[in-house]
Amino acid sequence: MNTTTTSLYRRRKRLNQLVMAACLVATGIGFLFLFAILFTLVSKGVGSISLSIFTERTRMTGGGLGNAIWGTLVMTCVATVIGTIVGVAAGTWLAEYGGKRKMAKVIRFINDVLLSAPSIIVGLFIYAVVVVPMGNFSAWAGVLSLTVIIVPVVIRSTEDMMQLIPNSLREAAAALGAHRWWIIVRVCYSGARAGIMTGILLGFARISGETAPLLFTSLNSNQWNFFQLNNEMANLPMTIYQNMTINSFIPDLVSLAWAGALILTAAILILNIAARYFSRQRS
Amino acid sequence: MLKQVLATLISGSLVVAVGAQAQDTITGAGATFPYPVYSQWADAYQDETGTGLNYQAIGSGGGIQQITAKTVTFGASDAPMTKEELDENGLMQWPMVMGGVVAAFHIDGFDGESLNLDGETLADIYLGNISNWNDEAIAELNPDVELPDARITPVYRAEGSGTNFLFTNYLSKVSQDFADTVGEGKSVAWPAGVGAKANAGVASQIGSTNGAIGYVEYAYAAQNELSLIHLENSDGNVVEPSMESFMAAASNAEWDDAPGMYLVLTDQPGADSWPITGASFILMHKEAQDAEASRRALEFFDWAYANGNEMAQSLDYVPMPDNVADMVRESWSEIQGSNGDAVWQQ
Amino acid sequence: MATTNTAEKGSGLGHLSEAMQKRLRRKAQIDVGFERVLFGFAFAVLLLLGAIIASLIVSSWPALQRYGVDFFTENRWAANVEVFGALPAIYGTLLTSIIAIVIAVPISFGIAIFLTERCPGFLRQPLSTLIELLAGIPSIIYGMWGMEVLAPLLRTWFPDVFPAGTGLATAGIILAVMIIPFITAVSRDVINTVPSVMRESAYGLGCTTWEVARQVILPSVKGGLVGGVVLGLGRALGETMAVTFVIGNNLFLNPTLTGQGTSIAALIANQFSESDGTQRSALLALGLILFLITFAVLAFARYLLRNSTGRHA
Repeated sequence: MNTTTTSLYRRRKRLNQLVMAACLVATGIGFLFLFAILFTLVSKGVGSISLSIFTERTRMTGGGLGNAIWGTLVMTCVATVIGTIVGVAAGTWLAEYGGKRKMAKVIRFINDVLLSAPSIIVGLFIYAVVVVPMGNFSAWAGVLSLTVIIVPVVIRSTEDMMQLIPNSLREAAAALGAHRWWIIVRVCYSGARAGIMTGILLGFARISGETAPLLFTSLNSNQWNFFQLNNEMANLPMTIYQNMTINSFIPDLVSLAWAGALILTAAILILNIAARYFSRQRS
Repeated sequence: MLKQVLATLISGSLVVAVGAQAQDTITGAGATFPYPVYSQWADAYQDETGTGLNYQAIGSGGGIQQITAKTVTFGASDAPMTKEELDENGLMQWPMVMGGVVAAFHIDGFDGESLNLDGETLADIYLGNISNWNDEAIAELNPDVELPDARITPVYRAEGSGTNFLFTNYLSKVSQDFADTVGEGKSVAWPAGVGAKANAGVASQIGSTNGAIGYVEYAYAAQNELSLIHLENSDGNVVEPSMESFMAAASNAEWDDAPGMYLVLTDQPGADSWPITGASFILMHKEAQDAEASRRALEFFDWAYANGNEMAQSLDYVPMPDNVADMVRESWSEIQGSNGDAVWQQ
Repeated sequence: MATTNTAEKGSGLGHLSEAMQKRLRRKAQIDVGFERVLFGFAFAVLLLLGAIIASLIVSSWPALQRYGVDFFTENRWAANVEVFGALPAIYGTLLTSIIAIVIAVPISFGIAIFLTERCPGFLRQPLSTLIELLAGIPSIIYGMWGMEVLAPLLRTWFPDVFPAGTGLATAGIILAVMIIPFITAVSRDVINTVPSVMRESAYGLGCTTWEVARQVILPSVKGGLVGGVVLGLGRALGETMAVTFVIGNNLFLNPTLTGQGTSIAALIANQFSESDGTQRSALLALGLILFLITFAVLAFARYLLRNSTGRHA
């Protein structure tokens, strides 16, 4: 009797150790891959980072990434502004008015679908409805496809954050005679501001690295384009992509691509950390 | 404080923006085959005149597609359009530069300089019928070479391209089997092998894969120091790919006899002709939508014909002979603005 | 969320002055207008999805009509002879995603269990944060890494299996690396929702860590975990940039694991800009198929997630 329990105990213990070792190995493998990527990124990219990367346009020989970085900034910012207006409004409706209505449920589901829709499909869609009628590739087309991607992110985070505002706050304001729109704008938004900002920042980070939706919309350019949203606009992801494919016979351009990838990733990681900082402020 | 900084920044960048917009940009899109030389010309032209050229190498098919849809001022393609296709879309075309497509290979431990192949064997390799380097068909063509036992990995272009067109056009001319099963085109389905992106991707895939064979524009092969296949041409001579053999093939071209300048230069006669030679074409609308933009583009091409030969040769392209350039310049009178005047004058 | 509307039902306002009533009514109108505007934006989301689906259907119709069933049975995608078979791309899309899931799920669950159950306290927060940060790396970076690092490694280590380094399996591995942070983050969140009382009581009964994980935690969050995995699958299915560099781009149906193939997204990325006419329509039909596949997968994931613990993006 005594021996069987000990052997059973031993078996359980051994199994446990085995599984835990497997978990540890899995963690090791997972982080190994991810560190390998970060390591490659830094080791290949850091060498060609210099000031001129930010100030010079893309060229076949020499040159930098200035126009591409600028273009990505402009397109991402414009898309974020539009996306914020649409997303916050729609998210507010879902949280404050939608409730358990059928319409709200449908919109919520559709939003979830859009949230994970393949980004290349978004590019195809914008090509069909913007690029073809407009007659040329343009920054606007790029902006709109990025907007389609950021809107669901903002809607989701806005709704989630508004729902965290306790009802008692709304009721207290209502008891003081406040109107509903006033309650939403002054009470709910001020409570959910940090959370919504987090969502917007995360969305901003996500669209700044999107390449697939830009393939058929903004295309790319080797020229400086500051605010001409009707024309092609250079952008960092497409420049990286082109330098790794059609330009990859020029070693300098490949190292520029890695430098661009490093800058892009670093910017996205910083944005993510900033988003985290915002959300921590809330709690 | 912050507001002031912002205001300064914004007004500053506006000034820069206005300055930058003053020098208008020419936009073009298309073939990747001439992309290096067009881009070199563009950089030099911008340094000299201030007019920028944004050439997006999205593939020959893309070039035709974009110029037909009028999303760009000019399109570029390695596969010419026929006279009928041109007329249908109100387009005209002319050759801008010529070059050769070469077959390159890489076998670990193979110390020979090159291998000889004929068109039919090359087609069989790409059809997957010949899958080892020590195959009898290859051995017969290379009696003095000891061929290694290595699997052949054909490498091809993943996206639609004029390089594909020239290569498949040649293989279809020399192998009926290939013409029936794969056929010629900018984008074909290959029965065997690996697809890589762009000429550069194919070149690096060949360089890093044991037993690989692939086709690239000559400049890319030279850049990657790949071993080159010597091909048997239509006269039955085995020729080495080089500037001379491309020129020999190009010398057959009679541009003034070709309606719409439709001319494919593969499998040309001549003792020294390289069999896979081709010209890269520029496509523009005869009825200029934006006369000013068309004029700027033509000025650039005029400049390139006059000043670009050296740059082209340093990148292993064959520049167009002067008489052809003059002929092309004359044909530009067909490009007219809405008022019926030619947009460009000599 | 429904707060009762602040009292402005006409009858209760009788004792107020005329001007006051007017003001209240105007404010009520603002209220109604406010809701309408917000609803308009929310409704726009619906319209957007409708427009995407409609534009895909309309533009893919010519190809679907012309090829009909052949579109799903032809074994090659040959634009030059206008033979368009979706099978190679569908096969590649599904296979790469399945490979990715098979690799990523055990690793992600392992990391998640380690992080929640076994990780020393001082490491837990930094590692979790790191995982979440890594989930934000743009997919093109994974593609570049696959092309420049992974493919050459596979080529040197297993020259017989990966003579060229690229192929469906390579693409699957890259996708796995890409979705590991994502699935891990979701699983960790889901596991963390298990009340610690449940854990503690199981430990109190003498259970080992594995037994707690296996018999207490997993059963209570099964739906959430599967939902997270399916969401990861959805990402893998639609991924373009991470795949297109390394998949090998063979347009014939090759029933292989490690050989070259293509996926829907990669094929669109490679051919769309140069296509016209039937080819363009056929590519859009592929896009529609991809959308429907991800739609189905997502619907399934949402269903599972809704039925378990809360909501996770």
